[in-house]
Amino acid sequence: MSLLSVSNIGISFGGVVAVDEVSFQVAPGEVFSIIGPNGAGKTTLFNLVTGIYKPLHGKVLLDGAEVAGLAPHLLVRRGMARTFQNLQIFFRMSALENVMVGCHLAERSFLLADLLGLPSVGRQNRLTRERAMALLTRVGLERHADTEAGGLSYGVLKRLEIARALAAEPRILFLDEPAAGCNAVETEAIDHLIVEIARSGTAVVLIEHDMKLVMRISDRVLVLAQGRPLAEGAPLAVRDNPAVIAAYLGNHGQKEAQRAHG
Amino acid sequence: MLATILRARFTPLLALAVLMAVIPLVAPSAFYLRVAALVWIFALAALGLTILMGYAGQVSLGHAGFLGLGAYGVAIGPAHLGLSPVLSLFLSAAAAGLIAYVVGRPILRLRGYYLAIATLGFGMILALVFNSETAITGGPDGMQVARLTVFGWRISGTQNWYWVAAGALLIGAWIALNLVASPTGRALRALHDSEVAASAVGVDVSRKKLAAFVIGAVYAAFAGGLLAAMNGLITPEAAGFMHSIELVAMVIIGGMGSVIGAVVGAAFLVVLPQALTAFQDYEQALLGLLIMVFMILLPGGIVPTARKWLLERLS
Amino acid sequence: MAEVMAEFLQLAFSGLTVGAVYALVALGFTLIYNASDVINFAQGDFVMIGGMGTVFLTAAGIALPLAALIAIIGTVIVGLLLHRFAIQPARGASPVALIMITIGASIFIKGVAQVVFDKQFHSLPAFSGDTPIAIGGATILPQSLWVVGGALVLVVALYMFLEHTLLGKAVLATAANRLAARLVGINVTIVLALAFGVSAAIGAVAGVLVTPITLTRYDLGTLFALKGFAAAMVGGMGNPMGAVVGGLLIGLMEAFGAGYISSTYKDAVAFIAILVVLFFMPRGLFGGRSVERV
Repeated sequence: MSLLSVSNIGISFGGVVAVDEVSFQVAPGEVFSIIGPNGAGKTTLFNLVTGIYKPLHGKVLLDGAEVAGLAPHLLVRRGMARTFQNLQIFFRMSALENVMVGCHLAERSFLLADLLGLPSVGRQNRLTRERAMALLTRVGLERHADTEAGGLSYGVLKRLEIARALAAEPRILFLDEPAAGCNAVETEAIDHLIVEIARSGTAVVLIEHDMKLVMRISDRVLVLAQGRPLAEGAPLAVRDNPAVIAAYLGNHGQKEAQRAHG
Repeated sequence: MLATILRARFTPLLALAVLMAVIPLVAPSAFYLRVAALVWIFALAALGLTILMGYAGQVSLGHAGFLGLGAYGVAIGPAHLGLSPVLSLFLSAAAAGLIAYVVGRPILRLRGYYLAIATLGFGMILALVFNSETAITGGPDGMQVARLTVFGWRISGTQNWYWVAAGALLIGAWIALNLVASPTGRALRALHDSEVAASAVGVDVSRKKLAAFVIGAVYAAFAGGLLAAMNGLITPEAAGFMHSIELVAMVIIGGMGSVIGAVVGAAFLVVLPQALTAFQDYEQALLGLLIMVFMILLPGGIVPTARKWLLERLS
Repeated sequence: MAEVMAEFLQLAFSGLTVGAVYALVALGFTLIYNASDVINFAQGDFVMIGGMGTVFLTAAGIALPLAALIAIIGTVIVGLLLHRFAIQPARGASPVALIMITIGASIFIKGVAQVVFDKQFHSLPAFSGDTPIAIGGATILPQSLWVVGGALVLVVALYMFLEHTLLGKAVLATAANRLAARLVGINVTIVLALAFGVSAAIGAVAGVLVTPITLTRYDLGTLFALKGFAAAMVGGMGNPMGAVVGGLLIGLMEAFGAGYISSTYKDAVAFIAILVVLFFMPRGLFGGRSVERV
């Protein structure tokens, strides 16, 4: 059975249909990519599935349970974590603290204990700190741990967001353009990271414009155009699908696809 | 060495305690002690706002309303309900927290300007109630407040009030410092920077905001109760719009999110009018000017700016 | 029955009169908000300066029309100074910082006003006498007609300015998209200054018109600002039509609330209206739905 099953989901803003009748399934440990030209509705689709927007119609099943329209903080509890296309970092906190906030769900915290600074809070803080540090190490940012996030570079912050999302121990992770604005070295690091996350059993749903990256690491690809699904399948099949090439990739895309070949 | 001290969590508490111990030794007269006691009380109210505004990033332009709730609670409890003043103080702080809980649920869904105006409206309504329900509150003239008695000890005299106010502020500061270094504190600071991201990692944003609002209200109510008991009198102005603005100004001038900042801001706005009594007519113009100048030239506030400057110097 | 009707009409008249003033304050808010995203708390103080200025100038022996004109020009200068020295240097500040700046400005203006003028209530003689006009069993003061008529003229004039002059269109363009406006060569700084100037003028005119009815004092601006703000919010922030309708609505609710329920909490009406509107229609009566982009 699939981990996530989205069927006929859609939403419109002020009469403009942004996402319409999109369906897809994701299995555990799979890397599932969503591609499409700018404005195709990829991020909107993410926002629908992860609870930022309430879908107008359609179903989202996580492990067979209906979760459409649940608030984001409730979806994380069920194993759904995400990153954001335009960074949503806690800029005034250190990198480590950012990931510590990511551990929020695993923390045992009582307001009164927090206010009185009971020893249990100290113990919890130590535990959270260790977990956050391990995650920073996993994404290769341990040396930035105490730097205020506002002072870190874009590529670093992209990985910091992944570490923060991983801190929620998701079973399915949504990454919105994790490699956008990253240089080749950083992209390669993110590439490895995604493969490693998937190998550990966490499904990865990926929006990405870097076609090389998509073709290399995806198990399956969904192509969106103007809010509707255009094609779905294995990377190679999608790449060679004439409808995709004609409607989405165009001339420029064909060249890109050829480069991805080589 | 100095940098480590600056960064240590309880340094502000220690600095505050030392300051509190030194002031009575150097204060030339009881008047100065009284002003200092006022500073501690207002700093306590400002600290509540620091938690709400500085940590959680939620503005309240009606915070004096909660201060008024505490103040009138301490006055009304003994006068109309036959409760002991100290019990009234705690009950009215609890009541303020409860009211904040009920009102905060809908209000905190709003953001930015909308939140500012909604809290402002709420504060104005409270002030109007204190002003109008003459049978209970004494109306515009206000009402007398009974002396606080703790285990048979009647708190009176400037010296005693100084220590009561100082003690209350120390406890308040200790709690605020505990909070900021706890999971709840991290969640508050996180939602300050990005509500979407905070909720995406599992933070129940509206619940955390509500917690900050309630905590802020309890702080203000406690400060209000102490203020009323120390002055022996409470009038509706205490809950008014200008007072709310002064509380926000304390937090901003001292430095958003800084415990010591709240104290510095309170000191600034309490001491200044006392120092300028000769220019009383210009007090309001000066207050307005100060708020503008600080917001434009030093938006970070005195304490965080000074701290950053020091840390850069030291490294 | 006739008595009930007369009372209703009487309340409606007084509601529309204050409502017209709230509408003008709300309109001033809207203009500045649209052009610069700033909630100008000093908007109510423009009303006060217009009224107080006229009072003191007429007391100095200047004829009312000239006194009013000078007071209005003075208010415009205050508005321009506010923009130049408080808003412009704080560009890019957060909404809360901006609201605190204008609140600071408002306190500052009040502080200066109590020194320059005084702390007393003042009035102006009604423009065309105090003989009430009887309508349907109720009466209306001639000055009320001045207020409502003046508000109407201002609203129409503002509409014409925005829709039919190049400068007005520049204001609208800046409101819609500041960057785009800059790119097509609109001097945004001048447009923003203009918005502050025009808002100040609108506020000052409202002050001159309403002072014979409500009296004025240095600290009158706060209530006007809050109620005008409530009006703007009820109508949906940034919508000029909404501001006018919201102003009239708040005025009417206040009058009927005071007449039929209790006058004690007259000033609470505006805030209850804000809270109700914000909870049930966070974007106001005429506001669209907005979606946060992430």
